[in-house]
Amino acid sequence: MTALKKSLEDKKKYKYGFVSPVESESLSKGLDESVIEKISSKKKEPDWILDLRIKAYRHWLNQKEPKWANLNYSPINYQDISYYSAPIQKKKLKSLNEVDPELLATFEKLGIPLSEQKRLSGVAVDVVFDSVSITTTHQDVLEKHGIIFCSISSAIQNHPELVKKYLGSVVPYKDNFFACLNTAVFTDGSFCFIPKGVRCPLDLSTYFRINQGETGQFERTLVIAEESSFVNYLEGCTAPIRDNNQLHAAVVELIALEKAEIKYSTVQNWYPGNTKGQGGIYNFVTKRGHCRGNYSKISWVQVEAGSAITWKYPSCVLKGNHSEGKFYSVALTHDKMQADTGTKMIHIGKNTKSVILSKGISSNESVNAYRGQVSMSPKALQARNYSQCDSMLVGNQARAKTLPLIEVNNSTAIVEHEASTSRLSEEQLFYLQSRGISMEDAISLIVNGFCKEVFKQLPLEFSVEAVKLIEMKLENSIG
Amino acid sequence: MLKIQNLKVQIEKERILDHLNLNIKSGEVHVLMGPNGSGKSTLAKVLAGDSQYEILEGQVLYEVHFKEKDLLSMDISQRAQEGVFMAFQYPIEIPGLNNLEFLKTAFNSICKHQGVDVMKEEDFNNFALNKAKELGVDEEFLKRDLNAGFSGGEKKQNEILQMMILSPRLCILDESDSGLDVDSIKKIAKGINRFINKDRSVLLITHYHKLLELIRPDFVHVIIDGRIRKTGNFSLSEKIEAEGYDWISKTSQGL
Repeated sequence: MTALKKSLEDKKKYKYGFVSPVESESLSKGLDESVIEKISSKKKEPDWILDLRIKAYRHWLNQKEPKWANLNYSPINYQDISYYSAPIQKKKLKSLNEVDPELLATFEKLGIPLSEQKRLSGVAVDVVFDSVSITTTHQDVLEKHGIIFCSISSAIQNHPELVKKYLGSVVPYKDNFFACLNTAVFTDGSFCFIPKGVRCPLDLSTYFRINQGETGQFERTLVIAEESSFVNYLEGCTAPIRDNNQLHAAVVELIALEKAEIKYSTVQNWYPGNTKGQGGIYNFVTKRGHCRGNYSKISWVQVEAGSAITWKYPSCVLKGNHSEGKFYSVALTHDKMQADTGTKMIHIGKNTKSVILSKGISSNESVNAYRGQVSMSPKALQARNYSQCDSMLVGNQARAKTLPLIEVNNSTAIVEHEASTSRLSEEQLFYLQSRGISMEDAISLIVNGFCKEVFKQLPLEFSVEAVKLIEMKLENSIG
Repeated sequence: MLKIQNLKVQIEKERILDHLNLNIKSGEVHVLMGPNGSGKSTLAKVLAGDSQYEILEGQVLYEVHFKEKDLLSMDISQRAQEGVFMAFQYPIEIPGLNNLEFLKTAFNSICKHQGVDVMKEEDFNNFALNKAKELGVDEEFLKRDLNAGFSGGEKKQNEILQMMILSPRLCILDESDSGLDVDSIKKIAKGINRFINKDRSVLLITHYHKLLELIRPDFVHVIIDGRIRKTGNFSLSEKIEAEGYDWISKTSQGL
């Protein structure tokens, strides 16, 4: 096969692989304190943010990249990355009509219409393109309820007291290597604040798009749900096809106060690289939720279908008594993709509960590992956890690993763990086809059956998308 | 309905079917008997479209509405959509896939192919439930995951239930009676007897005479080393039950 034909085939497989011809300004490659100062000054940030960045950067210099994960990749050269890239906007935008039509077209193509007429009903979207947030829709409805939903940059400008109080309170900059780097160089992301007693009338959604080559994306998301509030938050991601690897190191912090509930769903479809393992996104993400108040609830739902490397453990710290953490995950790897993903459930309060449901599907030569930690502190009396980790292998070269860690420090806690490994086999496909079901439908029935408990947790449109995404990827890898 | 002509099949260089000929007309029930490894299951799988077998020679004509079609050129699901059904000797388990949902998907795809209106969900559910009652299996059957955790007998009954619901024209039953107790065999025989009519045909692969007493086939064929060596009626199976296959191997030498 010619190189061109091959690359066309690859493009066919990843339909979000296009590059938009948007005029951008980027910082030149490299990272030092002057780069951080430049990012900060471009964003006209207050000094305390710059101080935080510099503190994080100096700490990061003494840190080593973690190597404990089940991942194999060539070393990342942190000086070979541009840490800021933004589409040039000539003046401050007053309305969406002034957004670069190329940008609107890009998101239209991605299935995220931003124009007033075509907006997704019932979902407010914050759109992040490379390093900056482009627009946030449905502001009028949200304001009426006192909900703040905007880019983190604008939150720093307009709601500094909230940002100061909560930023880094769940994932401190010293937490880990990538979170520390993120604190130093984060460029944008979403901020969301649901005031006391408010049930957010819309689903909130952030869409991340990497467009520029050689740019890292370091977004920072902060979601705060005050007492007795509720929010359903969705996140989607795509990137163009490029031959080199790109780094994505995000931090997401969730805070749920008393009786508040946050549902955070992700469909991650970053470019995974080609069939030979060239290119693709390195996805090193720290996501953590803090159930601070009694009876608070946080649930993570993730469909991880992209990225060359996934290093991601959305976790819950269950501090409030009777608080609940949930983690539902489908992780699909194909070709040479590597995923090391799972969760941590840290039980601190009494009567805390957590549920972990992880479904890994690996095909071709990919490696898919579930890594989980459940810990029951001495004070977590009557705490309960139930974990189920299922792996499905497609073909005979894929690998699946399950690495659960359970720490129990009090005798009243109950922890259950179940795991299984199965195979999507030729025999299963033959059986279903021999009943008149097409190959595509047969794959979809088997995979949906395997993942249905997780897909059930997603909002409807997202779940339909997720199902299609997984089917398409598997069809390609089964051929 | 089905004409198998001079069929030669191999798997991994080993010849399994060797110049096999067989004609099945509408409304007929044919039985295929033979020692282990004689090629019975291979024939069933080749007819259903299992791609691990290599067709060296011969053809299989399948007649639908007076038109003969080349069965071997159709893909697996197309054969089923055209009305060919094979009851598996070892039905496959698919955890997570609801039995009823599976049946509905299969039924609809067959309807679509044949240009028949798809049933409303509720109507289909009732239809499936009635078939389960007719066969005498518990309705819980339909609520469970496809064959997952089913006993051997339940799996075989589920195959017959699928056959009754999907209403094929040609039905190939691969040892649907193996490993079953007397009551289960009766149940399966009942299902098959209700299924048979003048527009349908059955090819039944079995080792035992028991099921045949309940079904009364039109023809009994004996396959040895990939070729049909003897054809007769019900009495042939009685003779095999009593004497085994050795006498056929001897008498058929030089054929």
